[in-house]
Amino acid sequence: MKLLARVIVTPKPVVNDPQGGTVKGALHRLGFESVSEVRVGKYIEVTVEAADEDEARRQVSDMCRKLLANHVIEDVRFQVERPQEAVAHGRAHESEATPTG
Amino acid sequence: MKFGVVVFPGTWSDRDCGWVVTEVLGAELEYLWHKDRDLKGCDCVILPGGFSYGDHLRTGAIARFSPVMESVTRFAAHGGLVWGICNGFQVLCESGLLPGALIRNDSCEFRCAWTDLVVERDDTLFTAGTAKRDVLRLPISHGEGNYFADPATLSLLEQRNQVVFRYCQPDGLVVPAANPNGSLHNIAGIVNREGNVLGMMPHPERCAEAELGGTDGLKLFRSVLDSFTGVPA
Repeated sequence: MKLLARVIVTPKPVVNDPQGGTVKGALHRLGFESVSEVRVGKYIEVTVEAADEDEARRQVSDMCRKLLANHVIEDVRFQVERPQEAVAHGRAHESEATPTG
Repeated sequence: MKFGVVVFPGTWSDRDCGWVVTEVLGAELEYLWHKDRDLKGCDCVILPGGFSYGDHLRTGAIARFSPVMESVTRFAAHGGLVWGICNGFQVLCESGLLPGALIRNDSCEFRCAWTDLVVERDDTLFTAGTAKRDVLRLPISHGEGNYFADPATLSLLEQRNQVVFRYCQPDGLVVPAANPNGSLHNIAGIVNREGNVLGMMPHPERCAEAELGGTDGLKLFRSVLDSFTGVPA
């Protein structure tokens, strides 16, 4: 079956993240003074063919180790879903940001 | 003695390196296509600067899995000279041939500037024509040249004397103000433990002729050539 892995890669806490720092500064300038920290990472969607979720997790874990993250500087986590569930999940739990300015 | 210059899609300094090898140094040259596994008998393989595979995912991340890198890794393991410049340094770190990683410059800006580098090792084949504490003037041109390693790795690098170049003032003093990108310990270039794999962010191939504003880069190319042709440094 086709399964969707949502992979999130973030800079390790010990790694200086100048991008995050710059975004934080911009948020402060916009008046969001409540922001104490911003870390900028990557979000990767990988669709895989696998017998079941466990096999997909093994495959994606291997991909993360070999390519998707550099373990010197990045942490990585992921979840595996059936694509149709993912769509439903997305509708139920993710609200779209509406620009108001 | 023959130099090899690897060409990945997106490499942009290959012809500059090739020019220095053939026109300035008068040495033999082979371009090595990323899909080829044959290193064509080269004695020193250069991984030049650029944006291999568009820098997609991370700098050097895709290039490390190219067919030519399998051969370069084997070549390095058998003591072959491998020289990564700028993007080449990033590829060497991604492939594990050198420790650490190169992350976004602390300024978040692409930096294109002349830098001064103090030579910390004059006993490698790449630096035999220089002397320890010499100051070389080489240009940098990168957005991700900020050298990072975890504290344990960094400490080992220093203990094992693997730092070859550090950003410094023109008088050789290593100070934070001379650091163009936020690299830990002002690191601009390192070697592996065996000393046959060098990675450096500055571009020696762009300052090998007086017309380009300096010739300090040529000292490194000549060091490699002389180490093979038996000319005493």
